[in-house]
Amino acid sequence: MENKDQKYWKGLDELNNEPEFAKQRQNEFAEKLPLGNILKEDDLGLNSNRRDFLKFMGFSITAATIAAACTRTPVKKAIPYLIKPEEIDPGVDNFYATTCNGCNANCSLLVKTREGRPIKIDGNPDSPFSQGGVCATGQGTVLSLYDNGRLPKPLRNKEEITWENLDKQVIAHIKESIASGKGVRILSGSINSPSTLSAIKDFSTKYPGTQHIMYDAVSYSGLLQAHKQMFGKALIPDYKFNKAKVIVSFGADFLGTWLSPVEFTKQYSAAKKTEVKEDYPIHMQFESRLSLSGSNADIRATLKPSQVGQALTSLYSKITGGSGSLELAGNTISHAANTLLKYKGRSIVITDSNDPDHQVIVAAINNALGNYGSTLDVVNPSYQRAGNDKDMIQLVTDMNAGKVGTLIIYGVNPSYTYPDTDAFNNGLKKVDNTISFAGMMDETSQNIKYIAPDHHFLESWGDSNPKEGYYSLSQPTITPIFNSRAATESFLVWAEATETSHYDYLKKYWKENMLSKQSQYSDFEDFWEHIVEHGFFTGKGNPGSLTAANTSLVSASVNKTSAQVASKNLEVVLYEKVAIRDGQNSNNPWLMELPDPISKVSWDNYACLSVKWADEHNVTDLNVIKITVNGKAVELPVLRSPGQTYGTVGIAYGYGRNYGKITVKDASGNNEEIIAGKVANGIGANAFPFAAVSGESILYNGATAEISNTGKNYELALTQTHHNMEGRNLILETTIDELPKYKAKEALGEVGSAQLISLWKDYRFPAHHWGMAVDLNACTGCNACVVSCQAENNIPVVGKDEVRRRREMHWIRIDRYYSVAETNHVYDDTKYHDKHLEIDAMYDKNKIDYENVKVAFQPIMCQHCSNAPCETVCPVSAISHSSEGLNQQIYNRCVGTRYCANNCPYKVRRFNWFRYFTNSQFDYTMNNDLSRMVLNPDVTVRSRGVMEKCSFCVQRIQAVKLTAKTESRMLKDGEIKTACMQTCPANAIVFGDLNDPNSEVSKLFANKRSYSILTELNTRPNVSYLAKVRNNIEDLA
Amino acid sequence: MHFESPVREPLILGKDTNYHTITEDICIETERRPSKYWFMSFGLALAVLTLLASCITYTIMTGIGVWNLNKTIGWAYDITNFVWWIGIGHAGTLISAILLLFRQQWRTSINRSAEAMTIFAVFCAGLFPVIHMGRVWNGYMNLPLPNDLGPLWPNFNSALLWDVFAISTYLSVSVVFWYTGLIPDLATMRDRSKSKARRNVLTFFSFGWTGSVRHWNRFELVCLILAGIATPLVLSVHTIVSFDFATSVLPGWHTTIFPPYFVAGAIFSGFAMVHTLLIIARKVMHLEKYITIGHLETMSKVLILTGGLVSLAYGTEFFMAWYSGYGYEQFVFMNRLFGPYWFGQWSMIAFNSCLPQLFWFRKIRRNPTITFIMAAFINVGMWFERFVIIVMGIHRDFLPSSWAMYSPTWVEVCIFIGTFGLFFTCFLLFCKYLPVIAIAEVKSIFKITRGGKPVGALVGADEQDYNGDLAFELAAQAKAASHGNGHSNIEMMDIGKTGPSH
Repeated sequence: MENKDQKYWKGLDELNNEPEFAKQRQNEFAEKLPLGNILKEDDLGLNSNRRDFLKFMGFSITAATIAAACTRTPVKKAIPYLIKPEEIDPGVDNFYATTCNGCNANCSLLVKTREGRPIKIDGNPDSPFSQGGVCATGQGTVLSLYDNGRLPKPLRNKEEITWENLDKQVIAHIKESIASGKGVRILSGSINSPSTLSAIKDFSTKYPGTQHIMYDAVSYSGLLQAHKQMFGKALIPDYKFNKAKVIVSFGADFLGTWLSPVEFTKQYSAAKKTEVKEDYPIHMQFESRLSLSGSNADIRATLKPSQVGQALTSLYSKITGGSGSLELAGNTISHAANTLLKYKGRSIVITDSNDPDHQVIVAAINNALGNYGSTLDVVNPSYQRAGNDKDMIQLVTDMNAGKVGTLIIYGVNPSYTYPDTDAFNNGLKKVDNTISFAGMMDETSQNIKYIAPDHHFLESWGDSNPKEGYYSLSQPTITPIFNSRAATESFLVWAEATETSHYDYLKKYWKENMLSKQSQYSDFEDFWEHIVEHGFFTGKGNPGSLTAANTSLVSASVNKTSAQVASKNLEVVLYEKVAIRDGQNSNNPWLMELPDPISKVSWDNYACLSVKWADEHNVTDLNVIKITVNGKAVELPVLRSPGQTYGTVGIAYGYGRNYGKITVKDASGNNEEIIAGKVANGIGANAFPFAAVSGESILYNGATAEISNTGKNYELALTQTHHNMEGRNLILETTIDELPKYKAKEALGEVGSAQLISLWKDYRFPAHHWGMAVDLNACTGCNACVVSCQAENNIPVVGKDEVRRRREMHWIRIDRYYSVAETNHVYDDTKYHDKHLEIDAMYDKNKIDYENVKVAFQPIMCQHCSNAPCETVCPVSAISHSSEGLNQQIYNRCVGTRYCANNCPYKVRRFNWFRYFTNSQFDYTMNNDLSRMVLNPDVTVRSRGVMEKCSFCVQRIQAVKLTAKTESRMLKDGEIKTACMQTCPANAIVFGDLNDPNSEVSKLFANKRSYSILTELNTRPNVSYLAKVRNNIEDLA
Repeated sequence: MHFESPVREPLILGKDTNYHTITEDICIETERRPSKYWFMSFGLALAVLTLLASCITYTIMTGIGVWNLNKTIGWAYDITNFVWWIGIGHAGTLISAILLLFRQQWRTSINRSAEAMTIFAVFCAGLFPVIHMGRVWNGYMNLPLPNDLGPLWPNFNSALLWDVFAISTYLSVSVVFWYTGLIPDLATMRDRSKSKARRNVLTFFSFGWTGSVRHWNRFELVCLILAGIATPLVLSVHTIVSFDFATSVLPGWHTTIFPPYFVAGAIFSGFAMVHTLLIIARKVMHLEKYITIGHLETMSKVLILTGGLVSLAYGTEFFMAWYSGYGYEQFVFMNRLFGPYWFGQWSMIAFNSCLPQLFWFRKIRRNPTITFIMAAFINVGMWFERFVIIVMGIHRDFLPSSWAMYSPTWVEVCIFIGTFGLFFTCFLLFCKYLPVIAIAEVKSIFKITRGGKPVGALVGADEQDYNGDLAFELAAQAKAASHGNGHSNIEMMDIGKTGPSH
């Protein structure tokens, strides 16, 4: 205790309060911390005192921990953080620009890394085509990187081999093949990487006669061939949906899976932001199953795959002045033709059919409408798909004929994806040498002699040229986890090139070829620095010129197509799911658990049947049916799906995987079993065999199927079991006509304008008041935000059984409601127990046209209510309201009474039923050291027994606030991006400060379409929804 | 107008019953080796208790996930069972406190066991809020303990916190009340005990009761004060339990009628449970003399009244749902009637509203077998009432996208069954070690004829109707009873007190 009379002092300077001392006293430490010295090598050791020792020790331990945590296996050139890498600050994010390899759209990415490990995929906001968006699949790739089922080393006949021996033997075999005259074939997916193509070219030069065959599991060959016929070059036009007033799609799910969905969603949603009726796009979808695009369409008509040809010829003939033979319900083909003619040159017609004749007719329609050159760019085309069915079919024939000496498989899995699997597998046995770059023991790799595992794209250098004039670079974001090698490098080694380092080769290639394509930089190193930082550049490509389309062959296609007769059989419709796609990502737990945007089923594929057809054939949800096509049969559970065409069965690709396991020696010489496919194996059934090799094409839809009821039952894992909005004011809609005088709050009626009083004192938010606006008009329901949130916030994957028990943990979900056109709603609750499709329960099903349903999506996350019902009921105050309007869950205070979840009217709270990160029952993302590397260190991994929910990415808010504080400036609007907002390919989510009247979010809150849900409860949510806008259907008729 | 009130039947029957035989009848169970039936029952109860312990251990070790709750339904079996058990725990205090204040003499035969039942039911009830927490080990955070965390207090706005106080207060007051009533009886047992050890133990637990007038005076006063304290608690506990739901925003939960509705329901189910247990106890322990058909009949009348009250509440809820014009509320009530859990709503209406109407018939009221079965069904109905309120309030609330269903896992069912093990283990131990009827109090209502014979002797123990002429010779009887056994003080006091009430 200080004595009043006595004053103690440390030294004379303190006693006299000399200015020097006063100044120093401001600092916490008397002297500057000699951090710089620590990091200098020459200072290590000799002059250390006690404090230095502690600093060294603390630093080394941290560094050792970080080093140990970041690299699983010792890596060459690895240096502990005793000398800190210049670019890495522990606890600080680093972003690397790279190119996505989740699908062939090759969007530009920014990868967030932390202490040398990538933890989150974001879109590159500068990219002119993906514009910062990234899809669910792209988000998931970072988790695939940490899959411990990846092959750890090169293999020969499933036994480990060194790279030297592998190279030696492979080169010998290749030379043998050349000598024997059988030659070498390279089978790859679509490759648009200039440097890899160059390496393959070098390889081919070295080994003349080498053929490179590109093959896509879900082929765009018909589209390419049609354009080859019309424009002389196999190309895919660059589609510009933002310029289209009318979009007519025959089955192509361009918002979900077709070609380049992120880019198209950006364009589509941007176009829909207009309030001018004249510019508001009209979207018509003709399809056999309800796709994501179909669910967003203004007019949607169902048709069977066998009708597509006739529908196209009808449309073609109506557009070219004839009269079509086929008309669909509601004269939709005529409507489409009239609308297209009305907006000539401002429309896009597409189809996902792989029948070249269909694509020729579509191209002819586009040509007749004058779309080439305006909405379809064939001068600067897209290179996102290049697979050629004809070459693939020829390869399989050659393999079976024993004409292939060496087959190198790169990035494809034909034993799973090729329709005639037996033909491919038999052919594989007749190939002398088989080599693969597969990173996992997939179906094909199990029959391959040499496996030279390729890097995951996040570990690898590379480049991409998805569109003419757009060049994107890939760079490693982590040291390779396993003993893998870039495929390009393997090609170079086997070609016995002088320069075999992938990086050097790439750089050299860019120096020689890319530097000249741009004019900004003259010095290559400057250019390289720029490109590594920014990830891409747009430059001069090799644009052709718009040649007049050669339509001489169109009539042949029309004749051929119009001869196709609609069948009365049950027809198969195969489709890609938004996340799983062609199955390349099916071992990814995030993507597996992600519910399908339409069916809301996770963890499975199933047979989508039309409600009417299923009822007529006495099958219903839960029944397992056997589907037989051309003698091939699979068993799948039924899901009666609104929007499904009568007489079709929809089945998704990507399931029924069969990864193998291998045994290799680990670092200490013990045998270690590498089990691939922990997630995907045994889930669902493979639908690829239902596609058919027909002539020179692979046709996916329309095969005749027979079904029989197996008598078995199977429960699907649904995240939403009730599909009707019950007439509640949850999703508001208006039409473009009414929009000018529309007020959402008035549309809510009494509750929208009621002045509600509260017992509590209103919160005051002196500094910031965070809010979020969700534009339901922009949202397409694609689910990218769900995976983004999962990655950002360390949300556990809980597995099929737990989803069945309605326990998925997603913090943001997208509610999907069906509505039907005006009918007599007969309340019939006798079928309430029907756990799955409860739509029956609500209506007299005989009066419902289930094929023509309207769909509405609504992303729901924590609404951060100002009067939060969860906050008052928690007995331990584990939920607090921040001074910035956030509803904060305090994990270490939570005891888990779950009262808050019960009392949440929005049902956004998620409870940790188990300890997901150590319970072996949940071996998905957090149960092994490798997959734990994906965890975001900024977000707590929740213990069992606590409640969790959306935090508005509070860690991001804090990080940006901290940055602003260190830079002594105010926060900028839009600077803080929540994970969902950042990812959203539709720009539907906007987060910001409601206290700032000029912020984007404030403006949206003031928008006439803005409303909040359940406002009558006086919860005062800080999330606002913007009503959905639809076209006036009458206008379209 | 001339009205002659019917003569009330005696509350204690039996030809040879006298003050001494009462003591003998009641104490003998605690002094002799229990029957093999007791051992069998106790063994079974212990086995079921073990099941409870294992299932709770499994739940706590693995996580609440072993139950079938989900993202929509955060409470189901756990809280249903909690509310059900706490309701059962209501009759005891009602009988001891409120009926004491109302001078309902018939309560004395049953109050001891009813109070014991209350305490054991509160044990079972209290278990659920504890184990339903995701992190039981942090459960202490619910208590307003002094701490160095800020200090960080629990949230006094939360009905769950009020629950903590309400239930712990109720439990402690019930235990004190029960124990206070036990003291004179423990002294009686002490005086009768033959072994030294037993005597020492009972001396300790009877607090050195001597039976002096001063003791009796204080005893009566304490009982009265405790009754005064306990009476509001009877009303408050279930009122506060109902706040767990009423203070929420959910349609079907957020209802102002809940406090009286829950209290009526609690008394209803509590009496039903007392009914069930006493019919067994009087049979097994041969206490027909003390727990008469008249008792059963009286309790049946209480059941009609409280059953009527809950039915009124059911009706009011439906009326309010319609009258409020609030769509969500209306949906919830339609969903109760015709939704997937229709059987819950209809069994609650059948068992709680319709079934008790049979008690209007005197024959049925006085038939132990039928009343036993009916009381059991009422308990089932009351369980469903809680299930309907809790699960059906949340399984289909505001956003149809989150609607879900619930069915229990084996763990939840076993925990529920296991609580019966806990209950009966406690109850059987109580029957073995403590007098199941309040000896001192029951003697106070023992009626004696002018000839010095107990009234029961005039009509016979099993007479259903009593038409005898009542006469009292209190002073003489007091004198006559003062020798022969060692607890004359008790009888002196009792007789002096109760005589005039007839």
